[in-house]
This record gives sequence, structure tokens and C-alpha cells, in this order.
Amino acid sequence: MSATTDSPNGGRYIGRGLPRPGAKRLLAGRGRYTDDVVLPRMLHAAFLRSPYAHARLGAIDVSEAAAMPGVHRVLTGTDFAAICTPWIGTLSHFKGMRSAPQLPLPLDKVVWAGQPVVMVVAESRAEAEDALEAIQVAFEELEAVVDLDAARGAQAPRIDADAPDNVLFRTRIESGSTETAFEGAESVAVDLRFGRHTAVTMEPRATLADFDPGEERLTVHQSTQTPYQFQDLYARHFGLSEARVRVIAPDVGGSFGMKLHVYHEDMAVVGASLLLKRPVKFTADRMEAFASDIHARDHRVRARLAVGPDGVFRAIEVDDVTGVGPFSAYPRTSAVEGNQVVRLIGAPYRLTDYRADLTVVAQNKVQMSQYRAVGHPIACAVTERLVDLAADRLGLDPFEIRRRNYVTEEMYPHTTPSGYRFERLSLASCLSKLHDLMDYPALRAEQARLRERGIHRGIGIATYVEITNPTPAFYGVGGAHISAQDGCVLKLTPAGEVQCAISITEQGQGSEAIVGQIVAEGLGVDRDAVRVLTGDTETTPSGGATWACRGAGIGGETALQASRKLKARILEIAAAILQAEAGNLDIREGAVTDADGRARMTLKELGNLAYYRSDLLPPGVSPALTVAHHFAPRGYPFAFTNGIHGSLVEVDVETGFVTLLKHWVVEDCGRVINPLLVDEQIRGGVVQGLGAAFFEECRYGETGQLLNGSMTDYLVPMACEMPDIVIRHVETPTKDTELGAKGVGEAGTAASSGAALNAVNDALRPLGASVSQLPMTPERILRALAVI
Amino acid sequence: MIEPQPIAVTVNGARVRRFVEPRVSLADFLRRDLGLTGTHLGCEVGACGACIVNLDGRPVHACLMLAVQADGMRVDTVEGLSDSGELAALQAAFHARNALQCGFCTPGILVVAQDFLRACRAAGRMPSRASIRDALSGNYCRCTGYEAIVDAIESVARSQAEAALGEDAA
Repeated sequence: MSATTDSPNGGRYIGRGLPRPGAKRLLAGRGRYTDDVVLPRMLHAAFLRSPYAHARLGAIDVSEAAAMPGVHRVLTGTDFAAICTPWIGTLSHFKGMRSAPQLPLPLDKVVWAGQPVVMVVAESRAEAEDALEAIQVAFEELEAVVDLDAARGAQAPRIDADAPDNVLFRTRIESGSTETAFEGAESVAVDLRFGRHTAVTMEPRATLADFDPGEERLTVHQSTQTPYQFQDLYARHFGLSEARVRVIAPDVGGSFGMKLHVYHEDMAVVGASLLLKRPVKFTADRMEAFASDIHARDHRVRARLAVGPDGVFRAIEVDDVTGVGPFSAYPRTSAVEGNQVVRLIGAPYRLTDYRADLTVVAQNKVQMSQYRAVGHPIACAVTERLVDLAADRLGLDPFEIRRRNYVTEEMYPHTTPSGYRFERLSLASCLSKLHDLMDYPALRAEQARLRERGIHRGIGIATYVEITNPTPAFYGVGGAHISAQDGCVLKLTPAGEVQCAISITEQGQGSEAIVGQIVAEGLGVDRDAVRVLTGDTETTPSGGATWACRGAGIGGETALQASRKLKARILEIAAAILQAEAGNLDIREGAVTDADGRARMTLKELGNLAYYRSDLLPPGVSPALTVAHHFAPRGYPFAFTNGIHGSLVEVDVETGFVTLLKHWVVEDCGRVINPLLVDEQIRGGVVQGLGAAFFEECRYGETGQLLNGSMTDYLVPMACEMPDIVIRHVETPTKDTELGAKGVGEAGTAASSGAALNAVNDALRPLGASVSQLPMTPERILRALAVI
Repeated sequence: MIEPQPIAVTVNGARVRRFVEPRVSLADFLRRDLGLTGTHLGCEVGACGACIVNLDGRPVHACLMLAVQADGMRVDTVEGLSDSGELAALQAAFHARNALQCGFCTPGILVVAQDFLRACRAAGRMPSRASIRDALSGNYCRCTGYEAIVDAIESVARSQAEAALGEDAA
């Protein structure tokens, strides 16, 4: 049983491991997910999807389908081209990037197997699916671009006929002179491959669009993390008034970054509701989810590290090639993942000489884009594998070589060769804490003992640096309408309770719970008196929502500052009533008190008076008990966090199966608001990373067909395969905010696969074998051992 | 398409009668015809476990059964098992331990865990963590990493075992 302890720096609520108030509803089966929403006159959509990865689109005959029972409309690309402007997944700060314009349904070509081609809108989903079978589409199959290396070849077929090649984006980062640094140094090299995987949220994507022509008002219920982003997109691409577009994200059954991208089906559902003037719902089934939810990763990274005889790193060179599907995702692009890979490699270490090349290549596969821990697991695995190889080369222990090379305390603020600026990390503290937590010497002794009996255990560690609290440097500067600020509206009700409407969103990680804790503490009221509202563009202020680890750090600070503002308002009114100085009053446990804590009046008395007897307030004292506050970080472009994972595995050299025995995490996300929720974010993240390390892979055939697009064929981690995960914290609050919190959502995923890779290779090392491809399937391990 | 057939099912203790198309799954019947949206569809091939409900007291995948097959039987969903209090101990433990995040897999896991604990109680054994993990081998969860779920079920199993010991002693 894993005990969660309250943060030593905690307050009455901040720092305490309190359960989530909203979880009780979900436990009773009273969650309300998008597919649960039923509206009057609602119709259902189904899509005919391309069976080919790459094909020219010929004649489409929908006449028979349109006449089938229950069918209201059959729509094709031309229907939408008339009402929706195309979207292009590029950002202006990625110089030279290109991507083909996208429409809800294609006009002349399909570019991945599973691409929606024709939409049927019917009384029921079943009737819509019946009609799909009666549609005739003439496809002329084209050669598909599938393999990552082949896609770059001179003879490769091109996905965009008017482009010179399949490269969508290229960039180079160069600092110092790696060439000089490698001269006369020891060097170690890797050629690592990272498979494609996908989010597999338990709730598939779902969208219900409801257009009311009377008011020209569009309401979209959508399983998403970013309702404000979709409000902007639907308004702009369909030419609607933004003020009349409302996006509601009800309960969201997992997202992990996957539900913040634009999908063709979403745009088609909105378009269909505009055309039919009725609510239209689409819920992806699991096969559709595999064939259309963004995939992630898909990298081949070649890298080498120069190290001196003293074990001090001199330089790193990197070449990352990533396959992203036929076009770049919108509105965040498919280049951010690779960009973060080449900027995060080597980040924890003192390095001046660094060079990295990134090539983003189009393929006829599902679009690839941001998924939990964008780029981090790749950068971490590449770096940490190089570090272990260097340690091995020089005969150093993995802990010792890291200790020798970390960015040190006196170097902060520190700028990496790739341009990231660290306010302060706690690398060495985390390292030594992990060493103790794992009881590392005992593990090594046990490993040696078991090896004599033919049992092959491996111990791996991996350090990560995580990007959190992003400013507009992330997307805004590139022209994307993605907000880096958050808003919070706080209202003291007449009964003296608090309603909080905030722009960060909830997908189960506990955004609402931590905001409630922060507001209760900031205001001086009981947490039960605070009700937090999220996920509705019409009832909450506009903001960035939840992505890239910004909820606690930016949303939390917004809530704290808003609570200070409301507190000042309450005390001003109280001072007027009590004929006291506001500065001599406080709010504690729901009552206005003197500075010494003696209660003077309850918030209920104050609320009643301000709302119902405002005539009793002196002229010039406003009765307003609603405040709005917006906050955007202005200091460092990102608040970097750090931590380290340890992994203990046992490899069966006869079957290639790996047993995960234990996993440890020591992390530093700054001020911990709720350790119970932080720990569970980390555990969930670790397991998603272990999925990538051992199980999860979207496997494609030569013609670009997804071979394992179902839950029975695509493996995700199950309870019986996962280890218990031990977690400890180091707290280095950011000084950019009063709250001091940084993000933690990626911390588990960022390094668990890297630690596992090092652990498996540690187990294989005495056998003269190593693996360099994720997931590390039994087959790949047996091939590494030359058993098969 | 075959015409709708009449069925009578006892759902959460109440007898309901409906006409349903033979192709409608039990899960779709519960969700759409009865509005019992606590039963979730995650894969519709019996892999993920989000749709598991009790049929005559035993857990089944509601996505793998047709509604017409449940004719004359008793179905208990997370809503009914919550109202009756049968899941109360598990729900309290899940809440305290934060053994759920998005909550989509949770109804199926609760039904499976309740059945598992009943079997443990009948056999008079306190389950190991490994056996709890094994019992969850038909339930996917993408948020939690499972450990908190195992912890929560283990804590209820312990209370149950202690209560049984107390009864023996008395």
C-alpha cells in the first residue's frame, strides 16, 4: 500500500492529499460524458472510410444510401468545401514548414487508410451504418509512403504532388563546435527506434453539434481538453460569430493530449449540424479511434556522445527523423514533438557543444501529434541510453557518471545549448534520494547473486527535465490561437458560499479539486463551501485550458490571485459595515475576523447584506462580490521541472518476456498542491510510458494498412503486468508565481520508458546483447539475444 | 433488419418491458432505451471491461450480449448497485484512495471487484495483491496505472476479512 503524505510546506488545504469531490459522482455511474448527452431531434453520423492508404478519389454514388430508411442526408467533400475554410497545420516560428490544407472530407484524394470520405446522417447510428454499405466510391489506388526511411528516398512516391519531397519541416540546432569536441574524445553512439503508439483513451472521441438557426447559435458538446480553442476554430472556419459559439466539455473519459487536435470528423459534425439545422452526434467506435485518433512518437534517432577520460561529457550530436502522417496536425502542428526531442536531449547535463538535426517526414499513416509528454520520452531515452553506454565504456557506475555531469547548483539560472532556460532544478538531490529509496547497493548485490543462478535482472535509471507552465513562446508567437493565460471568476453567493468558474479543464486529473483547495485557502473558507465550474465556454472565462502541464502552475496561480482579489472586496465591505480598517480584518473558516482571529461576522451575514440590503452600505462602497482575474506567466518562458526514475526488471532469456518488478520515481514539480493527486498522475504516467516501452505499437503493413487497430490486437498495460510504483518528492517552487507550482502530468511518462530501456539493457549486458527499439517486445529481445 | 421483439427484463430491481431490435446489444439497450449511461462502451468487443454489469448476479460484458438474450433475466448496473448500497464500501475506498481519474472504466471495475470480493468472502481468504491484479485482468484503465485500484480493493478485502474474523470470534 502506498502511503501519501501531506507536503511539509503545506497550509490548511494547499499541500494536503485530499480526495476529489467530483469523484463520488463518477463512482456512482453518474458521470456525464459526451455520448451520454441526448438532445431533442438529434441525428447520428457515421463515416465511410478509405480502405486505401493513398488513392485518388473518383465518382461517389450515394443515391441508394440516401434513399435508405432513417437516412436524412449523405454528405461528401464538396458539401463541406462550400461552408468550411481549410485548415493548415503550420506555425510561423517553424520556418519553412509546410502542410497540405485540410477539409472535413476530401475532394480528390485520400491520404491514409481510415480517412473519412462520406458522411451519413441518420435517425440512429445503426441506420447510418446500414447506409454506408450502399455507397459506391471509385478509388484509384496510389503507391503508399509507409516506411520512415523510404519516405525520404529520392524515388519515394510523393504525398503532395506539387511538393519537392515528403519532408514537411527541417531544422538544425547548433551550439559551439561538436566536431572539435569529438576529436580525441571517447564516443558512444545509439541508433534508436521508437514505435508509433496512440492514446487509447477509455472514452473514444465524441462530438455533438447543435446549431440553432433562429439565433445563429452553435453549441458543441465535445470530449475535449480545450473548449476555448474549439470555440475559436469553429467560429473562424465556419464563419460564425464567436460569441454565438459555445463549446461544452462535459466529463471527459481520458484525453492525454489526444483530444485537443482538430479531427476531420469533428469539423464534419459541426458542418452537418449547420446544414441540417439539427443536433448531430458522432462517437468514434474503437476501430475508428485507432484509425483516426492522433498517433504519437515514431522516431528514428541517431546520436553520439563525446566523453573525456575523466567521465565528463563534451558534446552530443543528434539526427532525429520522425514520421508524422500525411500532413501536420492542426492547430499545434506535428513538428512540436520533434522540436522538443532535439531541444531536450542532453538537457540535464553540462554541455556547450551540441548539434541536432530534425526532419519531419510525411507518410500515408494516421496523423501524428502531441500526446502526453510530447517529445520527452524520446529525448530522455536517447540521452540516458548514451549516458549508460558512456558509463559502461569508462567503467563508471550509472549514478556516478550522472553526478559528475549534471548542471550544478551554482549554474542557475542555466541556459542549455538548445536555448532552454532553467530557473532552478534539483538534479543532484533527486539522484541521491533515488539512490537511497532504491537501496541501490543492495539491489546490485542481489542482481549479482541471482545472475549466478541464471536469473537476469536489470537496474536502470533515467533523469528527465520536463517543460511545464508554457508562455505564449509555445504557440502564440507562431500565430496559433492557443491561449497561454487563464481566467477565473469568483463569486461570493448571498449565502456566503463561493462559486469559482475557471478556464482550466478537468479530465480526471483533479483540476477542479486543486482549484477548490487553492481558493478555499486563499480566501479563508472551508473547501466544502467552494464549488468549481469548468469546461464550458459560456460560463467560464476564456483561457488556455488544460495541456502541456499548465493547470496547476498557471490555472492554480490564477485562482490564488482571484481569491486574493475577492478577499480584498469582502474585507472592504466588512470594514465599511464594522467600521474597521480592512487591513485589520481577516477571513478565517468562513467568517470575517479581527487580526487576532476573533469572529466579527459570518460570510453569510456579509453576503446577505451586500445582496439584499445594499442600502446599508456607505455610498461609494460597491456591493460587488464577483471578481474576475486573469493571469499569464511573465518570467521564464517555461517552468522546467526535473526528476529521476528507477526501474527493476527481470528478463527471461528463453522467452524474451520481461517482468517489471518495481519502479521508483523521485520528482520535483515545485510546490505540491495535493500529493494524493500528484502521486496518481505520476503513477498513471509511468504506466503509459511502460506501455510504450513494452507493449504499445501501431503496426503497419507494406501498403499502409494498420494491422492491429483493435483493443484485442493493440496491447496496453494491464493490472497484472504492472509493478508497484514508489514515489518521493523534492520541492523547488518556482519564484515566478506566489503559488510556486509547476506541472506534473508528463513526469511519469517522460522517463519510465528510458529507465526501462536502461534496465533491460543492463540485464542483457552480460550476455553481450542490447535492444535499441521500443516497444521491447519478447520477439525483439530474443532477436537481440540471437535466439531467433 | 428483423422487426423489434418484446422483452421483459428486471433492471436494478424494476421490471421493464420494451420492444427492441434483435441486433441491439444489452449495453446499447441500457444506455439508449433506459438512459442508464453508467454502463460505458470502450471497445464493443469484450476486451476493455467498461461495460460490465451483473446478469442474474454474475458479471457479464453488456457489449457482447444482445438485449433480447436478457429477456426474463435480472440486470444490475452501477446505478442500481450504488442505490442499493452494495458498492458503498468499494466506492468509499476508491474515493479515499483516488482510485479513479476520468471514471470511464470505473463502473466495470466496481462490478468486477464486488464479485471478486464476494468470492474471497465465500472462500474465507484474504486476497494477495497479485490475485487482485489478476482479477482485474479484464479491465483496462488508462489513467491510474492500477496501483490505487489494487490498494482500494485490498483495503476493502482487509476490512471484510477482519469483520469475518470478528464474527468467528463471536
